[in-house]
Amino acid sequence: MTSHPDAHGAPFADEAARAAERAARLSYGRLLAHLARAFRDVTAAEDALGDAFAAALRSWPRQGVPANPDGWLTAAARNRLIDLARSGAVRAEAASTLDLMARAGENGDGPPLADRRLGLLFVCAHPAIDPAARTPLMLQTVLGFDARRIAAAFLVAPAAMSQRLVRAKARIRDTGLRFDLPDAGAWPARADSVREAIFAAYGAGWDAAVLAGGGDRDGLTEEAIWLARVLVDGVPDDAEARGLLALMLFCEARSGARRTPEGAYVPLAAQDPARWSRPMIVEAEEQLSVAARSRSPGRFQLEAAIQSAHVAARVTGRDLSAALVHLHEQLAAIAPTIGSVLGLAAALGAAGRPSDGLALADGLPASRVADHQPFHAVRAHLLEALGRGLDAAEARARAAALADDPAVRAFLTRTP
Amino acid sequence: MHYMILFYEPEAVFTDRTKPEMATDYWGAWTSYVGALAESGVVVSGNALQAPHAATTVRLRDGERLVQDGPVAATKEQLGGYFIVDVPDLDTAIAWAARSPSARYGSTEIRPVLPPMAAPA
Repeated sequence: MTSHPDAHGAPFADEAARAAERAARLSYGRLLAHLARAFRDVTAAEDALGDAFAAALRSWPRQGVPANPDGWLTAAARNRLIDLARSGAVRAEAASTLDLMARAGENGDGPPLADRRLGLLFVCAHPAIDPAARTPLMLQTVLGFDARRIAAAFLVAPAAMSQRLVRAKARIRDTGLRFDLPDAGAWPARADSVREAIFAAYGAGWDAAVLAGGGDRDGLTEEAIWLARVLVDGVPDDAEARGLLALMLFCEARSGARRTPEGAYVPLAAQDPARWSRPMIVEAEEQLSVAARSRSPGRFQLEAAIQSAHVAARVTGRDLSAALVHLHEQLAAIAPTIGSVLGLAAALGAAGRPSDGLALADGLPASRVADHQPFHAVRAHLLEALGRGLDAAEARARAAALADDPAVRAFLTRTP
Repeated sequence: MHYMILFYEPEAVFTDRTKPEMATDYWGAWTSYVGALAESGVVVSGNALQAPHAATTVRLRDGERLVQDGPVAATKEQLGGYFIVDVPDLDTAIAWAARSPSARYGSTEIRPVLPPMAAPA
């Protein structure tokens, strides 16, 4: 697995605990993917591994991560696995997987388990699963997050989130979803929903970080990046998966520069590039250029290319505003969402065409944007560029009132 | 795994399908679909049904037998037929459902069949 450079520049409170948790989750996801596929039942697989995982989280931070984490977890889960196999609660195919896993647990040199996590990602994002459950399901099964933590990230009551997850897992078991990768014909749509669900995990992590006042308290953005790596490793020729990974890396690379040490919001144009994570930006650029070779542009590649242009403009001091308008136009053409139209409007403003930008923003359906914070923030910016100070102040006040992030609110209500 | 694939068709289709001009479009589409299903060897059983006007609904309330002409509920789409298929997973069942003519002009539903109940000891 690729290492995760620390984007935040701040030392973690307990490095050992985090390392142990990460190793446990990595193993957990791998073993769960195997068992879930063999049982064709996520709940039974979780049942088999649950106690072992909890024991790992208790003991690994103190005693260190064992040399063979998969073997350790399997050995700890062994009796439960044997019970399940004996009671006939698991399908016939499960037996050989249990054998394999038990052997790996005995001497640590059994044959390595093939990585089935990619298949599990596709099950979690299956069209037959409630869209609202897809991302939480990935976090729980592939990463071993508990329902409480997932609920917190999605701002949902823990009981409601548990219920949503239980229902989704019951559907996986009862409807008989396929655990292998989809056929070529179904691939594009299915890969789409996997990427969307991973990006939603990043978004949830982002929102949680905002509410926590800066740092990624839940580690969710980092985990989303990790899921995208699983996808890219498993499907190297999926250009959009690389675009998604690049996009999240670009955003993550700047997370440390988005706040002053005092916690005040710093807009992109005022950020200090020295505080950006260089390794992340380099990796993002690499992913993006590999993706570009396949000449199949898509939403995530375009969004990543926009981030890349912003970085280049800041680092080189060149004016790339015309190129940015072009990228935003392409994005708004293939993914005409409120967000992409507002992005284009802002890009037009930055390229010296604020009246075009304002016309575009004002053409959005009023009912959809009346309470949309970015709409008012972008308008404020455009109105200011047009010299309409009073209207700009009004839009800025509206944007400030709608901002969830206290630092952004403070930024918008400052005296310019 | 056994799945029931249920074909729901708009009311108008049941009346229009007897018209001669529907022969190629409607019956042709169903004939080739049923042929493909049969050839694949996944069919356990299945039937097309007469139109909903031929349905009879029976309820027993307070010991009284209530017989009503027509289907259980008057909905825009009505059950027109079904197949029980034996396929490895939902994805394969979805692929067969997607090929059905009713998926284009009505709706096609998939329900996993419960395993047979154990005989009383």
